[in-house]
Amino acid sequence: MVILLISALLGVSLLALEIFKLRRWMMPLMVMAFLAIIGGTFALWGMNENVMMQGMIVMDAYALRTTAVLTILALFWLLTQHQNIEKTGNSSDLYALLAFSFCGALLMTNFTNLVMLFLAIEILSIPVYVLAASNRSSLLSNESGFKYFILGSAASAILLFGIALLYGATGSFDLYNIHDALMSGTIAPLSWVGLAMILTGFGFKISVAPFHFWAPDVYQGAPTPITGWMATVVKGAAIFGMYRLFKGAFDGAMPHLEGILVIIIAITLVIANGMASIQSNVKRMLAYSGVSHAAFMLATMIIPGFDPQSIVLYVISYGISSLIVFSIMNQVGQTAGEELNNFRGLSQENPFSAAAMTIGLLSMAGIPPLAGFFGKYYVISGLISTHPGLTIIMVLTSVVGMYYYLKVIFAMYQKTSIPVVVEENNKVVLSLGIIALVAMMVAVQWM
Amino acid sequence: MEILHNVTINHYLGLSTVLFALGVFGMLYRKNAIIIFMCVELMLNAVNLALVSFSKMHGDTDGQIFVFFIMVVAAAEVAVGLAILMMLYRNRHTTDTDTLNDLKG
Repeated sequence: MVILLISALLGVSLLALEIFKLRRWMMPLMVMAFLAIIGGTFALWGMNENVMMQGMIVMDAYALRTTAVLTILALFWLLTQHQNIEKTGNSSDLYALLAFSFCGALLMTNFTNLVMLFLAIEILSIPVYVLAASNRSSLLSNESGFKYFILGSAASAILLFGIALLYGATGSFDLYNIHDALMSGTIAPLSWVGLAMILTGFGFKISVAPFHFWAPDVYQGAPTPITGWMATVVKGAAIFGMYRLFKGAFDGAMPHLEGILVIIIAITLVIANGMASIQSNVKRMLAYSGVSHAAFMLATMIIPGFDPQSIVLYVISYGISSLIVFSIMNQVGQTAGEELNNFRGLSQENPFSAAAMTIGLLSMAGIPPLAGFFGKYYVISGLISTHPGLTIIMVLTSVVGMYYYLKVIFAMYQKTSIPVVVEENNKVVLSLGIIALVAMMVAVQWM
Repeated sequence: MEILHNVTINHYLGLSTVLFALGVFGMLYRKNAIIIFMCVELMLNAVNLALVSFSKMHGDTDGQIFVFFIMVVAAAEVAVGLAILMMLYRNRHTTDTDTLNDLKG
């Protein structure tokens, strides 16, 4: 509860700091709040589950782990991107919006009631609609914000209609009551329609096929720091919320749900990896690769049992690697451009940036001993006995993934006469991220 | 007045579904950004109607309380959406969504 209050007050205090002309205190305040939240989760680690607000939210082991993961990602995002946010000139608004969406992200991990789920999704998304459109003079950013807004709010409405139908069928908004109602007796057709609509709504939010088409447009048009936020914290929070909803309310109750999820995952992997390999814009390619990673995260939901280790590991490894990649992407995008050609010869003048980007991309591709490998390994080893066909698709599409990640790496290490020169910053933070990616293999057992 | 006594839960749900479907199809087929925006609001209001009628059917008030939350959120969405739309109009001088095709591939 204290954790949620800290995150909610953070946004308000950031706006207050702007009023009192204390802009330079915003960044330290955010870092302190994030550290306080991480400290809070570790202090509560191993505690019994604590139901609060008349059964609306619960602080259990899953909520603590996922809160810690999201906060670490948010902190790492802030440390790698704060210069870019401050450069825009309206940093207080952007920071406050980010803090509000962060509050929604934390709420996504610990709801036990569908009302809270809806509020969490909206608190998470509404600030991000504004952030996507935050570069007011750029037509691309405008278009990206508008598309994200229309599709995001339509997805919320579809999800909401699903919640209403489920409420009609079961008579409750509480996850565990819904589960009990679905387990006892026959399942009404109404709950099937409700489930399908909830799945559609969430499919939009986490961008899996066939509802992924907005993601490349929005990711490409939004300012790169915001794309980094959407690809990591927002996607991670949505997937954490979906995991809790499906494991809490539908696990074992809906007989064909698993088959539907398998089909969605397979289609997503094929489409996303296929589309990513034909992109010439690196940011757009990263968006498609994010869609394929969403399929892996979705796959953790069909691993039997409520064991969050695989999803937590996948989100943090993908999150840190893609924050590193988006950080370098931003450096190159500001000086040269976002096309693959703009990356040619990056290693000649900026060996550190090229190396960091290489390690981030290799981790996303799943090369051992980097963290991304363990994320994929846990998903595949969890599924190999129950869904062997799906794991084959996962491995094959990962090979395709290797192709488009290596394309960028080859471009960066190519020798050219006019290499791109970028302004390098945050070397220390990025090095810490790289160390984290390597050290994850030791830390796996505690997650 | 006899007809009002025969209105059942199914009628409310039918109306709500029709409104929701209108919203979805309007969103897919209309080209004006403001109309699309109205269609999203229509979908949210269809949900409100469904929730209130289910709430009455089950005899508990949770659904009706939820409707207030949805109204608040819809208001927040309108505020954000109109701001984005205004910005779009200032930069492009049109609200036709067919012109929004700079991002593709």
